[in-house]
Amino acid sequence: MVLLQRPHILLLLIGTHQFLQCWIAFGSVNEEGQKQEEFSEELLLKPLPDHKLLAHFHFQSSGPPSTSNGCHHHLFPKAISQLVQKFRIKEMELSFTKGRWNYESWGGFDPLSSSNAKPPGVELWAVFDVPQHHIDASWKNLTHTLSGLFCASINFLESTATYSTPEWSFPPASGNVRYGTLPCEAVCTENLTPWLKLLPCRDKAGIALLLDRPSLYRGFYHSQQLHLTSTGSSSEGIDSGIILEQTLTVVLQPNSEMAIEVHASEKHIQPSWSLSSIFGKQVSGRCVLAKPSSVYLLLDRGLSAANGLTSENFWSNPSFELSANPDRIFLEESSSHSKSLSILYMFQVEKYCESEPFDIGLMWKVPVAWLCQQTPLHASRFLMGSGNERAAIAISLKSTQFTEGFMSANSKDGSCELRVDVFQVVPWYVKVYFHSLRVFVDQQPRAVSDIIEKIHVSPSKDKMSPGVMEVVLKLPCRVNTAALTIEFDKGFLRIDEYLPDANQGFDIPSAIISFPNFHASMVFLEDDSLNKSPLLSKFQEKCPVMSYTEVLLVPLTTPDFSMPYNVITITCTVFALYFGSLLNVLQRRVAEEERFLKAKAAKKTGRLPLLLSKLSAKLRGRRLEPLHSPPSSSSFINSKLVLKVILVAGLAVGWQYFFS
Amino acid sequence: MAETKEKSLSDEKPKPRVRPIVRLGIFLISHSFLVSIVCCTAGVLALFLLPVLAKNTYISENALMPGSASPMLSNQHVSDGNRLVKDLTNPNSKSSETGIESHKIIAQYMLDLGAEVSFHKFHPQMNQFHPLHFFSSPVSGKIQENYSCSSYGINTVGIIRAPRGDGKEAIVLVTPYNALKSGFGEALSLGIAYSVFSLLTQVTWLAKDIIWLVADSQYGEYAAVAAWLREYQTPKFSSLSTPNAEMCPDVNNLFELKGHSISGSKFSNSFRRAGTMAAALVLKVRDQNEQFEDTISIYAEASNGQMPNLDLINVVNYLAVHRQGLRVNVEKLWPLLNSSWLKSLGEIFESLAKVAKSLYPKWKFGIPATEYVEGTATLASSLYYQALGVPTGPHGAFRDYQVDAITLEISPKFSLDKVWRNDILLRGGRLIEGVIRSVNNLLEKFHQSFFLYLLTSPSKFVSVGVYMIAFALLIAPLPMVAASLYVDANSSSNCSKGDSSTPSAITDTDEHGIAIRSWRWLNSAKLVFIVHLWGAIVSLLPYFISQIPDCSPTTSFMIWVLLSILSLLTLNSVLASPLACAKATQEKEWALVKSVTISSVFIGLGLMSVINFATAEIGALLMVPMCLLARPLKLDVRAGTLRSFCRLICNLVLGHIAFPPAAFFLLKGMLDGFGNANVGDFWMWVESLWAWNSATYLFIGMVQLPCWVLCVSILFHTC
Repeated sequence: MVLLQRPHILLLLIGTHQFLQCWIAFGSVNEEGQKQEEFSEELLLKPLPDHKLLAHFHFQSSGPPSTSNGCHHHLFPKAISQLVQKFRIKEMELSFTKGRWNYESWGGFDPLSSSNAKPPGVELWAVFDVPQHHIDASWKNLTHTLSGLFCASINFLESTATYSTPEWSFPPASGNVRYGTLPCEAVCTENLTPWLKLLPCRDKAGIALLLDRPSLYRGFYHSQQLHLTSTGSSSEGIDSGIILEQTLTVVLQPNSEMAIEVHASEKHIQPSWSLSSIFGKQVSGRCVLAKPSSVYLLLDRGLSAANGLTSENFWSNPSFELSANPDRIFLEESSSHSKSLSILYMFQVEKYCESEPFDIGLMWKVPVAWLCQQTPLHASRFLMGSGNERAAIAISLKSTQFTEGFMSANSKDGSCELRVDVFQVVPWYVKVYFHSLRVFVDQQPRAVSDIIEKIHVSPSKDKMSPGVMEVVLKLPCRVNTAALTIEFDKGFLRIDEYLPDANQGFDIPSAIISFPNFHASMVFLEDDSLNKSPLLSKFQEKCPVMSYTEVLLVPLTTPDFSMPYNVITITCTVFALYFGSLLNVLQRRVAEEERFLKAKAAKKTGRLPLLLSKLSAKLRGRRLEPLHSPPSSSSFINSKLVLKVILVAGLAVGWQYFFS
Repeated sequence: MAETKEKSLSDEKPKPRVRPIVRLGIFLISHSFLVSIVCCTAGVLALFLLPVLAKNTYISENALMPGSASPMLSNQHVSDGNRLVKDLTNPNSKSSETGIESHKIIAQYMLDLGAEVSFHKFHPQMNQFHPLHFFSSPVSGKIQENYSCSSYGINTVGIIRAPRGDGKEAIVLVTPYNALKSGFGEALSLGIAYSVFSLLTQVTWLAKDIIWLVADSQYGEYAAVAAWLREYQTPKFSSLSTPNAEMCPDVNNLFELKGHSISGSKFSNSFRRAGTMAAALVLKVRDQNEQFEDTISIYAEASNGQMPNLDLINVVNYLAVHRQGLRVNVEKLWPLLNSSWLKSLGEIFESLAKVAKSLYPKWKFGIPATEYVEGTATLASSLYYQALGVPTGPHGAFRDYQVDAITLEISPKFSLDKVWRNDILLRGGRLIEGVIRSVNNLLEKFHQSFFLYLLTSPSKFVSVGVYMIAFALLIAPLPMVAASLYVDANSSSNCSKGDSSTPSAITDTDEHGIAIRSWRWLNSAKLVFIVHLWGAIVSLLPYFISQIPDCSPTTSFMIWVLLSILSLLTLNSVLASPLACAKATQEKEWALVKSVTISSVFIGLGLMSVINFATAEIGALLMVPMCLLARPLKLDVRAGTLRSFCRLICNLVLGHIAFPPAAFFLLKGMLDGFGNANVGDFWMWVESLWAWNSATYLFIGMVQLPCWVLCVSILFHTC
């Protein structure tokens, strides 16, 4: 197979660079040549400023149009291709995430973070290639299929109250998008295993061998994604090529146990690590099916600047030491807005085998401190207010000093504007009042029309659909802080609509803040070898800078869940009283009763029983009298009985007391 | 009402039988004297029985699992904490007059642990009386516009993000700290918090974020915590006054310095947040130590008698007693501990229980007399602090935002030399760690256990279902007595009329007369309404009096009293002549007034029991006997029997006691001794009540005072 591919790649190398810039174009070229299914495995390691390490696994399988070989595949997972064919998916992304992406210290302005930082839980969006009225049905079927495929409760996204239709603010802008999130989905190894099953070598060989479950889930952030793109003509659907990207991004702490003993002076030194120390495993050769199988080490702009690395001296740098010699070193194409350049070290796994496993390590010699490039504005979202009735959502944007100079460089003329898109979905039980939208720029309230260029709102319908708000903000470039507040009422739910653990509260999914003016891309020099690497070509794509805000927890009023029991009890009591009195009225004959009473009054002559009954009533206390007095003749007997009972009880008590 | 009256009239004749429930009602009304005596004694008795009926606490929420994990706080963390204590108590750090140095030290320590740190600058906010802001959310707090640069406090906030958590929830740890004149205790509490904090940066089990708030207590602990919470929950995005405040050089200086010394770290000037707060712990260490062993006091009462979930107290109690060997106590009314009558009451209960146990071995309700006395003292203080409606510590600020919070105050045993200090750091730290770990385990918010309870000891409680009985028994006779008085008043006048006319012939005019008579209660209702209106005016007066500058409490109080009397007289002359009844039919006028008064008191007490049970209970203890016994003194004097003499005495005594200032001074005298009682104290007390938005203030002004006035007017009724 490898041999077969050679001529084709040579052919490509001759071709123009522009054609190769993106993978889709590559696929279309592929159609002309031999239809081959390809698989690539790549791992990118990136040291982070706060003593952590980011590992980004990228597996890509591409299935060419399947007209040639029917529905059979060599490498491409059949489940996915069937899925694409059945639901006519144009593009789809599914991510399982645990933990939070720390935008402040891990950056937000590079392709890695803007496409791999995801909100906690499950996020799914899909673009369909079916007529408008079929989309919802396709979406529902898709959620169920994915739910089965990945052992997750994605099927909860089926109900119309959980997913939304972004109009234009969501990046793959098109009317056929459906977007849904499950913020409280727990992500664990049961979701990873089916994901690994889609790889041709699973985790038995190649880079996937590193995916050691305990060390993965010990990490600070863990995001597992599945990105599907079907290329080719739209309407036929069947004969389209599919590209499946599977990525796994983890942020790990190298040797965290030793960090405790390190004393203060050495605290600033970055911990040294190696693949075997962070994953507990080594790579013993590539997956034989994978064409490019490589490991990259990325030093981002800040780090290389802190190291004093330039295009001249990156070979001989004093601050760290690599345990293996890189096969290639790429320099980022210098751009206008930053002087320092990212550096990429490439290691080819092919060279290594069982006897000589691949294990790259990095030893820091001197303490280095740097900052990752951050998003133009740092977004955070929080709840305001207290109580069970009303509250407000606030999205606050704060300029990060890091990009200040960059922004001013971008704007030569005075009227510089920063465009910010906000996409916010709120569940229906959070009843947002869109008129209460308020905007504050630099702590001054501003008219909504001044700042908001475009707004699209679809109000929520109870139990039907969530509320969606898409806003385009035009902020002045010099903005320091901006805030968006919107008030809402907390809704009341029916008892069967509460989730399990309702007392925890309800989640409001993350808002997406994107900056369409800014594009995160990393273009590396020496393009000719890069076209082999899907990962690096993905880096070159211009993707808009995006960040997700925190998930919010809204405590709603919860009923006492033993309430049904109480309700049943009280309803039964009311019914009993009602029917009792009704029957009483129905069966009563007033005239008869009066006659009976008269006859009784005539009969009543004896004075003594009357007196005695009165006396007994006095004796027995207040409450018994009226209840027992109507049958006046029996009261006397009753009083006797009661006296006897009291006497016997007293005797018993005395007996017990004296003889115990 | 009219129906029952008719029924009672027609009771003598053989008539179709009346419904049992109506019959029972009529019976109770006709025997209202006996019923009220029985019910009131039973109510008081039930109140005294509460310590006996108290149940042992238990952890209701299974997810808490306190003490199931062994504590991880080691000597390493303790020595870290010790280091901070040393640095803070170092005289060099105290040199600056603003205390900024020690804030910097704390911030530096937090940063070294890898926590996110920010300073929160706040301006102390005077509690002001807002007549219309009772029960409203604390959002209403308005910042004074003209504060000076010098008067601000700085809270230092450190946040640990849970490594694998989703950041939706947070646990708050608060240590009040006064940088200007901090005692050793405060530094020690910071040391404990720091040792826990340093542990929590390393643990992997954290699911909720941890916020450590070092509250600047130079303007009061509560004010600092409340200011931080206000900023956390209801921030103001637009602030015209902020630029002014930023101009103050001192603050800028502080922020700049910090930014310089640790560039690229997690320090930020902006306010930092974590998610929804799950629980909050306020940690204090007392300076003086008179106890014989290490004790930890729990303060839980928040504003208007709100309590945190009982589970939170249970967890602290369980961990402190069973894991750390600390003695836990809750507030007691100390004077009650030595009272001999309580002891003898306890002995009576004990012997009764003994008898009961000997009769039937499964009846085990008795508790030893000493325990009973202690339980009663704790219960009394629990009732007192709930009734006061003023939070007993900074935790009260959290309750305003529905966050469960308690204050833990550790009083160490011995002088704080090195060994003991380490010991208390270790044990206190482990206790805090255990509580945080339990709360961290919690999947839902606290909801399983009780919110309405009274504590009789740290491990015993009386739930709402039990203590409600005492109150219900106390106020049960009120509607009956009101009804019987109404019936009496109507029937007696009926009888007097009926004698003159022939009973058989009922003419139109007579029917008309009955109609008029049955509406006569409106007259009394008007009087009651006017007095209540006056009560409302009286409770609004302090707002205006407090505007007068430079007024000593005593003069304020005098002005208040004068204005009150004046307004009463004015209302009296303008709207009605409530005290002097002019008409001839007024023989039983007082009975009608009393009946309406009792009804209004019943309504007032019932409403108050929903808002703040303890206030209603104490109010009922004072007001119910007074209302029930009230009877014109002239009648009693005229009667001249022993019974009426007793009633006279009782009336006079109750009439004095139930007057709110008198009750206050009596209570104060009982607690502190009568020596230093001052007229101004009452004003100060009232001021504190309305400053804390206590509903007790409204209760006193609008229920108790009018009731007292009405009862006094009945006592001096001329008939």
